[in-house]
Amino acid sequence: MGAALENAIPFAVTHELIRQGLQNLNMIAPISDISTDMLIGSGCVKTVTGAWVGNVSGGMGHNYRRAAEKGIPNSIKINDYSNFSIGMAFFAGAYGLPYIPVKSILGSDITKSNPSIKMSTNPFSDELEPVALVPALKPDIAFLVVQRSDHFGNSHIWGSTGLTQEASIAAEKIIVLADEIVEPEVIASDPSRVLIPGFGVNAVCHVPAACHPSPLIGRWKRDHEFFHNYHQETRDLAGFETWCDQWVRHLPDHEAYRSKLGDRLESLRIIGDAPSAPANYAAE
Amino acid sequence: MPENYSTQELMIIAAAREINDYERIFVGMRLPITAYGVARLTHAPNAVGLFESGVSRYEPAKDMLYTMCDGPNQLGAAWTTGLIQIMGLLSGGRVHAGFIGGAEIDRYGNINTSYIGDFDDPDVKLPGSGGAPDIASMAERLIVIMNHKKHRLVKKVDYITSPGFLGGGNERKMAGLIGGGPAVVITDRAILRPYGPENELHLAAYHPNHTVQEILKNTGWDLKSIPDVHETASPTKVELEALHQIDKDGFWRT
Repeated sequence: MGAALENAIPFAVTHELIRQGLQNLNMIAPISDISTDMLIGSGCVKTVTGAWVGNVSGGMGHNYRRAAEKGIPNSIKINDYSNFSIGMAFFAGAYGLPYIPVKSILGSDITKSNPSIKMSTNPFSDELEPVALVPALKPDIAFLVVQRSDHFGNSHIWGSTGLTQEASIAAEKIIVLADEIVEPEVIASDPSRVLIPGFGVNAVCHVPAACHPSPLIGRWKRDHEFFHNYHQETRDLAGFETWCDQWVRHLPDHEAYRSKLGDRLESLRIIGDAPSAPANYAAE
Repeated sequence: MPENYSTQELMIIAAAREINDYERIFVGMRLPITAYGVARLTHAPNAVGLFESGVSRYEPAKDMLYTMCDGPNQLGAAWTTGLIQIMGLLSGGRVHAGFIGGAEIDRYGNINTSYIGDFDDPDVKLPGSGGAPDIASMAERLIVIMNHKKHRLVKKVDYITSPGFLGGGNERKMAGLIGGGPAVVITDRAILRPYGPENELHLAAYHPNHTVQEILKNTGWDLKSIPDVHETASPTKVELEALHQIDKDGFWRT
């Protein structure tokens, strides 16, 4: 979850996982802002596989610290990666490679704290050229927030995409959360903007603002204050419980969450106009 | 302070001076992106900014950014793409310099943003690496921004998230890292640079109103000085004007 890094994070899914009380999850998330911290605090997580967990604009993730330092609410296992090395692990997973050599974690203690990474050398070089071998990473499910999709899951995404493409192709199942559902002709009019074709998608859900409080380019601004308040209010576990009851557990679904946000959500809606130039696909 | 600039402004301008024209720079949020903006407006108008989520820009975003993925960083970008495409430039040796910060740095420029204490049973769990090790290991030069406190500039870090010169000397090269490692550490008191065959960080410049003695007292190892250690050059009028043009609200003035 959160393959795009700090935008298009599927917080609607984060909330639902908490409401359903799922446990023992392995959250594969390079940087998913406060999504992973919420899941850890709710006792959903057994393993964190990623590069960074915290509150990007607020600082540390209090739940992450409590779990890693004191085993509260439960102890967690951390599989450390850097952003590029987890990306290459998805790349290997996506394209059927058992592992992939990476250079940019050489010298880092990531190669020690993550025992799945093995050290080797370039077999094609006469000189000693170290490489780190990173095994393929294949998530069970990838949840993606997209700007628009048709009802087959053919989706348009624009703006930076982080590891969206590699992570979702590597995943066993893809679930799309579309900000808007459009006719198939709309998507087909610009196939170069399709990051994920419908034939790989298992389910499409129409969930406006599923990304809140993270941004979605051209649709929703980032709710900076929400991140700040979360940081302030979750300093102790009781504070997190109160926060989580208020924003997640006591709400039945994302529609209720959007209603609770009310005008605040409306103020985050992007109303400006900065369209790209049309691309001509005519064949003759 | 009699000067017409703040310590933070001095740090930004010192960082801007580390960027050369036409270079590709990995830029972080806040202080680094402001330094990048100052460099573009002064001596490096053709520098290119890279953001690991998959954004490349010429001109920095006009609005304040909280994360690299925010809308204003994508509007008018040179390239919005994926992480592998942008960080692949690093891995391919095509990036000149990158900025990172950290909780702890040691005398060989190794940086820890992961664990204080043992990684199996940490005293403090820090947020982790993000893309910092990728930048630290593969960029030609690393520009480090730190608060200068004794518990932050330590003899040896508990965990190397982002490699500097590892155990010193040529250990970095032996580990197979293509980038040149930390070129400079800019703190709120001083500028440190690697010096000598061991590549140990030395005091290169002390900021106005700071003394060598005070800097030594706030460093966790026996900090030596380079032979021509000097006072950090004050910001020029042109540099300050460029900074004020970017920082219209005076965020960095205090």
